[in-house]
Order: sequence, then structure tokens, then C-alpha cells
Amino acid sequence: MTALYVALWLTFGGGGLLALTGSRPRLTHVLNVLITLGTLISTLVMARTVLDSGALLATNQQFYVDAFNVYLIVLTAFVGFTTSVFSGPYMTHERHKRQIPAGRMRLYYLSFQGFLGAMMLALSTNNLGILWVALEGATLGTVLLVSFYRTPTSIEAAWKYFVLCGVGIAQALFGTVLIYFTATQIGLNADDALLWSHLSDRAHDLEPVILSIAFVFILVGYGTKVGLVPLHNWLPDAHSEGPTPISAVLSGLLLNVGLYAVVRIKMLADTALGMPETGYWVHMPGYLMMGFGLVSFIVAGLFLHKQQDIKRLFSYSSIEHMGLITFAFGMGGPLATFAALLHMAVHSLTKSAIFVTVGHATQIAGTQAIDRIRGLYNTQPLVGGGLLLGTAAIAGIPPFGVFTSEFLLLSATLEHWPWLSVMLLMGLGVAFAGLFRNVQPMVFGEVPEGQQPVRTNMFPVVVHLLLVLGLGLSIPDALAGWFDQATLLISGGRVL
Amino acid sequence: MNLTEMNLFQQAILTASAMVMFMSFLLLSQSRVISTIHTFAAQSVLIVLITGLVAIEERELHLAWSALLTLVLKVIFIPWLLHRIARKFRIQRAADIMYSPALVMLAGGAIAIFCYYIALPIERYIEGITRPIVAISMTTVMLGFLILITRSKAISQVIGFMAIENGLFLAAVSATQGMPMIVEIGVAFDVLVAAIIFGVFFFQMKESFDSFDVDHLNQLSEGDA
Repeated sequence: MTALYVALWLTFGGGGLLALTGSRPRLTHVLNVLITLGTLISTLVMARTVLDSGALLATNQQFYVDAFNVYLIVLTAFVGFTTSVFSGPYMTHERHKRQIPAGRMRLYYLSFQGFLGAMMLALSTNNLGILWVALEGATLGTVLLVSFYRTPTSIEAAWKYFVLCGVGIAQALFGTVLIYFTATQIGLNADDALLWSHLSDRAHDLEPVILSIAFVFILVGYGTKVGLVPLHNWLPDAHSEGPTPISAVLSGLLLNVGLYAVVRIKMLADTALGMPETGYWVHMPGYLMMGFGLVSFIVAGLFLHKQQDIKRLFSYSSIEHMGLITFAFGMGGPLATFAALLHMAVHSLTKSAIFVTVGHATQIAGTQAIDRIRGLYNTQPLVGGGLLLGTAAIAGIPPFGVFTSEFLLLSATLEHWPWLSVMLLMGLGVAFAGLFRNVQPMVFGEVPEGQQPVRTNMFPVVVHLLLVLGLGLSIPDALAGWFDQATLLISGGRVL
Repeated sequence: MNLTEMNLFQQAILTASAMVMFMSFLLLSQSRVISTIHTFAAQSVLIVLITGLVAIEERELHLAWSALLTLVLKVIFIPWLLHRIARKFRIQRAADIMYSPALVMLAGGAIAIFCYYIALPIERYIEGITRPIVAISMTTVMLGFLILITRSKAISQVIGFMAIENGLFLAAVSATQGMPMIVEIGVAFDVLVAAIIFGVFFFQMKESFDSFDVDHLNQLSEGDA
């Protein structure tokens, strides 16, 4: 458990340290990388303990780490690390181009670490109230980064992000109050009544009617963070206006954390509603998630076709994939849950890799407008190739890992909801076309005059895409066992 | 329950919570910036009062602490901050444009009835004086949403946001005699940071738009859709 404290202290303390050194760019960058590396190592140590000895409870049961969240914690730390590697040279370039004062870089590093720390806290806490506080904290941490460039559009995006997410997540707090209320009704004492481990032990006693009302509030609340249609309006704006490293962590990580919160509550609701006397309502949480997920998946896929801004394009692709994962979790059952967990991992890795390449691409072209980014491959083969491969991976082309998880999900759908698989296949086709009609000309089009290569750091892209490729070819036994444990926790069955 | 059979504390709690709902409607109908700030402060005072009275009535010490926290944060700090911003940018007298106020008020009434309906299954499990307050807290939250939707001044939206927070706090007090202290502190911290960030936003907006009308925030949309 010490590893968890080390990770949390490193991120929160590190943020403060970086705020102090912020005016010295090179030193701060190196420190930032070291801190995130330290966080990654300590989370790996923690993952090892959890794998060996099962779920951990610590500090008066305030922290709870099991197979489900430990993998998300490692994923968060890993993407945080690679993004920090990328953000050094990228932010140097932006600083010179946009004349950003050194003081504002302090804010950048403080928020970056604070954001990672808030996500770690949200993932590892056992207390549903603290989970809410940490998720709201993650919004607060990033909102000033979205308006980092102080352009009118970025301020608009940040305002929307702040107000919509704040309002959305307020509903989740209401849901949390309701859960606390029903937990005190069944005699849990005030200090334990929000602890997930206690709630999960007594879930079959919780009042189903209240829990289902609470679940609706929580799905809408945290669903706003996940970017489920029709609560997604803020997402493309926020993800496209901020600095690219922030887009990468927002798209790759924050959405997962929001969904994680929903799934945790769904686990409670499933048990409580699973009691025989509730009858018709048994599948309500699952059906709601399937509906929201499928609508998000299809609507976002269609929106891909009319995007004019490269970062908005990939933000919609994030909505689409989060829709798919929500749908899979909603369907439940071991196979779909396994697919959802795998998809969360491969989507995070691929999407953050794509945003890194997109960041370089916009620096090469000097714009985010899709129709003015041309000939990336000829200007800088590494960036062009990376964008193409990343898009291929996210579109689900084999042998990348996204294909594996989508294939698993499709098999599960064919088994339980055959008629929905038609919609899934069509949606995947529409999204594929939407991505490639935009990406293909950017990579291969005619090179505009005077377009110059930029200093890049493609290390994160290479590592992420290799990992996604590896996951597509063969999932290592240890990792598969890990996913399997998480599947067992969530769906009550095993795949392997 | 019969009003005359209650003790004075209980009657006061009920009256104050009725006033909270009234303040919500007042916020909904008011257009001058400075009056909305005052109304918000008045609503917060009432909520502090309710929390304090419930703390005495139910002998819950930690509720007294959260009442104090709310007093400092929502009665003193946030209204003071908003007041300062309004004075600094000379928008005290500015009036927010309201489209068809009568319709908005009617919608507010409909929402209140709907909230009472939703709250029925929850109220069944509550014993004690706070029972009717659940529906009021829900109404406060929902009317906060309505304020956010119908207003176009950034500062009115902040008020709507904070009114939602007030409603949530009241919900926690009425349904469960408050959340665990650590959660209360966390939520209060988030509200504090949010208030500060809102303040920062006003400066950024002033620089970029020279206006606080969120109607100016309309450049980001789906192509020509």
C-alpha cells in the first residue's frame, strides 16, 4: 500500500514543486518526467502486490484497490509518463510561437500533476464521496489549461467545459447522497455508509427503488464526464482548444475515470436490483448504459464526417469509443465485460498516441484546420506515418488491439443481441469512413510550399502503438489473468 | 403532520426551507445582477439556518461544523467575491435579458411539482422533521439548472451553479443529516476552487470579449450545423 501513497504524494507534491521551478523550462521538464516515472514505477509495484495477494484496503478502509481499478491506475500512470515526455519539446515550441509568459508555465505543470493526482485519487479511493470530489477536482485542475492560450475560442471552450461538467457532475453528487441515504437506512454507520467495499458487501439489502433513482442521477452525472451523447457538447471543444498534451490525457484518461465511476455504481445497482422481487427493473442499469452507449457510438460516428478541425475529429472518435465501451459494460456478461476492459486500455493508448502525432502535425502545418494540413508524409515521414498507423489502429484494423476488443464485443453482441450487431457493424463502417476520408489527404496530399519538419518526440507514439500491436497479436498471460479477475469482479463470470 | 403539534425548532426549519424554495423562484425571476447576488446570499443564510437548527434538533455536532463552513463560504466569501467582480467591471446595475419570464416561471412551477413526485419514494423512508425538505432541495437543484439555461450573463450562470450547490447541500442535510465530514470538506474545497476559477474567468473574458454575455461564446459549433 505504501506504493499508492508514494504515487499520490509524488503527483500532488510534485505539482507544487514544479510550480516553484516553473520558470526554468528545461529543469522543470526533466523533473516532470522524473516525477511521472516515479509514479509509474510505484503503481507497478502496487499492481504486483494486488496481483499476488488480492484486493487491498488501507487507511481506515479509505483506499480500496482491486483488479479492476489497479489496471486503470497503471494505465493512468503510464500515459501520464509518456505524455510528460512529449510535453517538453511540444510546449517549448508553443512557448516560442505564442509568446507564453514563463509564469503561465507554472500553472501548466501544477495543473498537469494535479490532474493526474486527482485521477489517481478518484481511482483508488474507497469512498464514493471522495470519488466525486476527486472527479470534480480533475475538472477544476484542467479547466484553466483548456483556456491556456487565452484565445476567445479557448475561453469559450473552457467556460462550456466548466459549466456543463460542473452542472453534470452535480447530479452525480445527488445520486451519491441518495446512495448514502439508503445505506444508512440498512444500518451501516455513518462512516462506513459511503465506502464501496461495505456497500458491495451489503448491496443485496439496499433499497432497489432508491438505488435505481440514484443510478440514473449518477449515470447522467458521470456520463457527462464520459461524454455520452447528448451530454457531450463540451467535449470536442475542451479537447480541441487546450494544449495537445492536455488533449491527450483528457481523451485518453479522464473519460475512463468517469466511466469507471459509473461501472462501480452499476455493480452495486446490479446486485440490489437482482433480488427476485424487483422483477422488471432488474436490467434497468444495463439497458440504460446500452442505450446511451449505442446512441453515442452512432451519433459520434456520423459527426466524424463533418469535422473541419483535426483535434475535434479525434475528440468525436473518443466519444464514439467511449460509447462502445459503455455499451459493452451495459450488456454485461463476462465476454462483453472483458472486451470493454481491453478496449478501455487499447483506446487510451491509441488515442493518446494519436493526439501526440496530431500535436506535431499541427505544428508542422501551423493550423488545426483539416483542409490546410496536407502532405505530412512527404514533409516528415515519421509524423505522417504515425498519424496513419494510429488512425488505422483506432479504426479497428487488424492486427491492432482495438480490433481484438471490438471483435470480442461483436461476438458477445451476436450471442445476446443479434439484431444490435448490425448497428454495431454499420457504426464501425461509418466511423472508419469518417476517419479515413479526413486523414488520408492530410497524410498524402500535396505538400504546401515552405512546409518544414519540426523537432519531434515520437517516443510515446512508438511505444503506445507497439503496445497496442502487441495486445492485438497476443495478450500476455499475466495481463489476461488480470483482465479476467476484473471481469470476474464486475460480471460475476470468467472468460478464460 | 400537524404544524401546531411541532415545537418551535421544527416549525422554524419548515418555514426556512419553504423560504429556500421561494428564494429559488426569486433568483429565477430577478434580472439585475446585484439583486441576484443578494438573493443568493439570502438563500445561503436560510440554508445555514436550517442546518444549524437540524443540528440542534437531531443533536448532530458535525452538522454544526458544516453549517459554519457554509456560512463562511456561501454567505460571506462567494457573495463578497461576486460583489467585487460586479463593482470592478461596473455591471451592478446591468440587467440580464430574460426571454418570456412568464413562461420560465411556469416551467419552474412545473419542475417543482415534478420534483415532489420524484421525491415521493425517497420520502417514504425518512423519519423526522426533514422529510418534506427532500423535495425542496431537489427543486432548488432543478431550478438552478433552469437559471443556467435561461440566463445569458456569465455572472448569472455562476449564481445558477452555486444555487445548484446549495440544493445539493440541503439534500444531504435533509435526507441523511449531512454527509461524512471528510466528504463535506472535500465538496466545500471544490466549491471554493470553483468560485476562484470563475473569478479568473471574468478577467479572461474581459480581456478577450470585453463583455460578459455568454451569447458571445458561440464560435465553436459543428461546422455550419
